[in-house]
Amino acid sequence: MKADIRVALVGNPNTGKSTLFNILTGLNQKIGNFPGVTVDKKTGFCQLPDGRTAEIIDLPGTYSIYPKSKDESIVFSVLADKAKGMVPDLIVVILDASNLKRNLLLYTQIADLKIPVVVALNMIDVSEKAGIIIDVNLFAQKLGVPVVPISARKIKGIDQLKTTIAYANKIALQQDTIDVESIAPNLVAQIQAEYKIDNPYLALQLAHQHETLGFLTPAESDRIEELEKEHAFHSQKAQASETIARYNFINDLLYDTVKKPETAHDETVSNKIDKILTHKVFGFIIFFAILMFIFQAIFSWSAYPMSLIEQLFIKLQSLISKTMPAGPLVSLVSDGIIAGLSGVMVFVPQIAILFALISILEDTGYMSRVTFMMDKVMRKVGLNGKSVVPLIGGFACAVPSIMSTRNIENWKDRMITIMVTPLVACSARLPVYTLLIALVVPDRNVWWVFNMRGLALTAMYLLSIVSAIVVAFVMKFILKSRERGYFIMELPVYRMPRWKNVAFTMYDRSKTFVFQAGKVIIAVSIILWVLKSYGPGDRFAQIDKTFSQPKYTKTMTPDSLDKVIASEKLENSYAGVFGHVIEPVIKPLGFDWKIGIALISSFAAREVFVGTMATIYSVEGDADKMESVQQKMHGATNPDTGKPVFTLAVAFSLMMFYAFAMQCASTVAVVYRETKDWRWPAAQFAYMTALAYSASFMVYHLLK
Amino acid sequence: MRLSQLEVGEIGIVKEFTDLEMSVKLMEMGCLPGEEIKISRIAPLGDPIAIHVSGYQLSLRKFEASTIILQ
Repeated sequence: MKADIRVALVGNPNTGKSTLFNILTGLNQKIGNFPGVTVDKKTGFCQLPDGRTAEIIDLPGTYSIYPKSKDESIVFSVLADKAKGMVPDLIVVILDASNLKRNLLLYTQIADLKIPVVVALNMIDVSEKAGIIIDVNLFAQKLGVPVVPISARKIKGIDQLKTTIAYANKIALQQDTIDVESIAPNLVAQIQAEYKIDNPYLALQLAHQHETLGFLTPAESDRIEELEKEHAFHSQKAQASETIARYNFINDLLYDTVKKPETAHDETVSNKIDKILTHKVFGFIIFFAILMFIFQAIFSWSAYPMSLIEQLFIKLQSLISKTMPAGPLVSLVSDGIIAGLSGVMVFVPQIAILFALISILEDTGYMSRVTFMMDKVMRKVGLNGKSVVPLIGGFACAVPSIMSTRNIENWKDRMITIMVTPLVACSARLPVYTLLIALVVPDRNVWWVFNMRGLALTAMYLLSIVSAIVVAFVMKFILKSRERGYFIMELPVYRMPRWKNVAFTMYDRSKTFVFQAGKVIIAVSIILWVLKSYGPGDRFAQIDKTFSQPKYTKTMTPDSLDKVIASEKLENSYAGVFGHVIEPVIKPLGFDWKIGIALISSFAAREVFVGTMATIYSVEGDADKMESVQQKMHGATNPDTGKPVFTLAVAFSLMMFYAFAMQCASTVAVVYRETKDWRWPAAQFAYMTALAYSASFMVYHLLK
Repeated sequence: MRLSQLEVGEIGIVKEFTDLEMSVKLMEMGCLPGEEIKISRIAPLGDPIAIHVSGYQLSLRKFEASTIILQ
């Protein structure tokens, strides 16, 4: 679509910017009360009343044009980069009418860049209810820009906003807010002259931000540095005096235009909720109750849809094998691709439920309270209150959780959070644990109420949290911090979750999971299928020849003969050969070559384990019937000793390996994407593998 | 008197800061000289604290609060 004008949305976090974006464009996206959720640059199109089309760009929420995080730095670079043509024709600044003072700081900064501006005065209903009276006309007149009162949640004032966008002036008419030149008089003038910049505030921002701006060449950046030294420019001092000047302007403006009632803010609903939710005792009880509820929901609500999906794929498999002639192609589709697909799709209910619940917690504002409550504990172990959200999210999947660490401003805190998040027991480990626990732990109750299998599973989850905390604590001493940590964070007022948004998050995350993890899992299934269906040299032909001799065909039933041939072929396939190669390495952990194949294939994704076990131990397909996998593994015996393969020691050793090893290609990829340095995922892979190997080794020898 | 020394419910007016880097961040968030700050609550474990300033609620660590000197 070709747009006639480009409009950027700019505003503080929690001002309803994303909600407005959704209304204007009709294109939905993830939004939350948790500061900094809007990360990527989102764009959409909006039909204006005069028939033209506007391209709407949603910029990350920020309190100031001076960035405190990677996301926030996008705002200024979009507004300043004339060369790339990213600069919008018009900026819509969204202000929270119930919290104008702090919101106006960003407005004054944006206004001084002298790009045409329209102000959307959002949450006008909330502010009216609170008794705040805003003289909108006088406000607009003083700023020199159109001001439109709206309520994005209640979809009020949107048409008027669209009209205002359509008829907005092409030249910036806003009043100056502060005297920019006086902050750094000669420096600003010289940068303006050397770089041919009309706008003094843009010149001042280049002085402040030249080190991080992508569109400046190193030579240009060095030259600005030189000028700064020449004029004794001190970035922080300049910013401090600028901020004070801006708030002076804001206080003058609000004095004439806004009347606030003298009510005690303690009485607000949000404060009453906070008294309970951040209470010394109840606060933690409620937090742990919510966590328990999330786990319960993940396990119990997903049981039915999960078995439905499993059955669907089993039916599909049998349909294919019945209707199509047997051969390598059918085998590839049925045992390779469909088995792999089923392994992906079966996790969708769990992922959807977890993300729905997390998005409700973010949307209501509760997540920032959790951050507030947990900061002290988290800081002791080298993390940050804001690390709580990724760690909880890690129970579902490390990939989106690692992405959500972006709103941790402190570099060291963020890196430690990224490094330990994959230790948290993600949903992909769940099938591995349930399978192995069911195999070796008796289904009995201890102390009447606690099921032993349930306890074993709880222990695995606790272990994951404890290990993440211990590793974080160790890393606190290893990593050298380049900056100091701080924790200045808005506690937004509680709000009802936006259900549409929750539903969209569920859909969006599940879709991402299916496509991202799905690609890997299907690829692995196909590779694994090839590796176990073909062998080096003429080994397969030899096997066929051996077993076609009368001494076998006469004495054995066709069924058991097929089984013997299949397992002989597996041992002589590429996968079998490979398993034998690594067997010496994993033998001290109690694993044989068959488990070795499962381990290797699980390095792409843990979910592959059950399917691999099924294909290795099964002869007749049925790859995803848990019951039958379990039975087959139960019956598996060591050919040398005749004893069962899966003893308590082996099963727990295997669980330890899955608990600690970095068996997830998607996580490795996302860690690289977030850190932009291969050494991070490499170090993570190395330490996790070492941890996995030693934990398995110890557990195996303790339980043997 | 520093902000970190106030009890819950007490009010103070910002005079100055002891730390330039922190002051820049605090001022952006509306904690400016002359501004009234009320301690809304303290986190269950004693740190961080939540303050009411410039019409909204802000949380910050005790150490950060100790860089704010009150009138």
